[in-house]
Amino acid sequence: MAEGAPSIELRRATRSFTTPTGARLTAIRDVDLTVRAGEFCAVVGPTGCGKSTTLSLISGLAPPSSGEVFVLGKPVIGVDRRVGFVFQNDALFPWRSVLDNVAAGPIFRGMPQKEALKRAADWVRRVGLSRFERHHPHQLSGGMRKRVALAQTMINEPSILLMDEPFSALDVQTRVLMQDELLQLWSTARASVVFVTHDLEEAIALADRVVVMTAGPATVKSTYAIDLPRPRVTSEIRFEPRFVELSRLIWNDLREEVMVSHRRAAGAAA
Amino acid sequence: MTEARVAEAKPAAPAAVRRSSHRRRLVVALQVAVLALVLGTWELCARTGIVDPFFFGKPSGIVQQIREWMAEGTSLGPLWVQVLVTLEETLLGFGIGALLGVVFGVALGRNRLLADVFDIYVKIANSIPRVVLGSIFVVALGLGMPSKVALGVVMVFFVVFGNAFQGVREADRNLIANARLLGASPRQVTWSVIMPSALGWILASLHVSFGFALVGAVVGEFLGARQGIGLLIATAQGAFNANGVFAAMFILAVVALAAESLITLAENRLLKWRPNQGPETGF
Repeated sequence: MAEGAPSIELRRATRSFTTPTGARLTAIRDVDLTVRAGEFCAVVGPTGCGKSTTLSLISGLAPPSSGEVFVLGKPVIGVDRRVGFVFQNDALFPWRSVLDNVAAGPIFRGMPQKEALKRAADWVRRVGLSRFERHHPHQLSGGMRKRVALAQTMINEPSILLMDEPFSALDVQTRVLMQDELLQLWSTARASVVFVTHDLEEAIALADRVVVMTAGPATVKSTYAIDLPRPRVTSEIRFEPRFVELSRLIWNDLREEVMVSHRRAAGAAA
Repeated sequence: MTEARVAEAKPAAPAAVRRSSHRRRLVVALQVAVLALVLGTWELCARTGIVDPFFFGKPSGIVQQIREWMAEGTSLGPLWVQVLVTLEETLLGFGIGALLGVVFGVALGRNRLLADVFDIYVKIANSIPRVVLGSIFVVALGLGMPSKVALGVVMVFFVVFGNAFQGVREADRNLIANARLLGASPRQVTWSVIMPSALGWILASLHVSFGFALVGAVVGEFLGARQGIGLLIATAQGAFNANGVFAAMFILAVVALAAESLITLAENRLLKWRPNQGPETGF
């Protein structure tokens, strides 16, 4: 893999906004983050700490209040075509069939309908849903919808793949299957990935590097290199001694933040 | 694969099919019974003099009136011409009003500034009883079709506009963000995300607004016309012919119901992608 310019770089990125009640809320503060080309970077932190905000800054959906965000060497201005995004909740178009959902990206980008559908059919096959091409999203299970969402994003061949807790709504078995599938797709596409999750084991199983964020306003607390060998099988890697060791190490770090966030939530509720 | 459980509709068990068809027959039978009871009571009361048929008509008289109109024509000419005139006014008012409503609703829904500027005017215009405008239209546009169409347009516009606007505003932020990230231009977002999301809202408003277009046409004819069902009602009223008023009403109801079923058909076709809502047996 080519060393050199990082594919994503955040420099003291801060994002704050005004809530409907008029209060000023800072979601992330002074975040410094660098992701190398082809690197799989997982971001963990307490729920609701501002991890998703980090992704919106990289994707160009939201501008930083201060600080800088660079993608592939250029400052981010608006949505970048080389960035793919997989949402936490379903963002499939419910009125389109599976095939039309997957073909949406290329068609938006001006590819002729026929060619786009052909490519889409290929991607639907790659995620194992050829039999369901004509189905609508509401007819599919959660795992199948997630596969469609993956194909819909990957068909655009993004250089950067942003994932916002993509598997959190799935049951445990399906989640493990999807993790393996993601690693397989990633190993052929070799995009840089930022994978946001609150599940530490998921982060370690997938990533080259795990970034721990503090309880909101979130900032980067620490970074861990994950030196587990690839290719990995996520369902089995959890039993490796090195995996357990890393889990314990990072969890010690993460626990404090989770406690802070938990105490705050309890305080707010009281 | 653990997730190969797709909702491919399994044929229901024979017993269930039998039960549901049995139920349907029961419902239809009861509906007919209700109708017979209401009309029978009405007829009986009219014949025994409990209600005065001169003022309130009677079912047999209404039937006879319709027969007479069909056989000999009305005082205004053949019945079907009156129906056609009113139907044409209604459809034109409905079509133009709905189109304008959708265009303005989507434009304002997509543009914050426009929405903020026009918000107050839409509220004001919406609070005026618009039927009154019929008088102005008849004076300005004459006794012919344009005045009725104009009234229909005004009546339909605000309903469709309101729903289209709301539909656009309620479009899922996630879907819009996803479309943008997949490479959609603002125009593509409007056509492939906003419009399909708002379609349910818009179609729902069409049900109500067809009735409004019909009211516009009939009221317009009341106020001044040379032909149409509204004028037929006005004429019957002038002749103290209660049966005539009810007969014209019945004809309007048939037209409205036919249109309603056409809209439902279109709706089912356009919203095929929606999951079935609720159990099939209703309620």
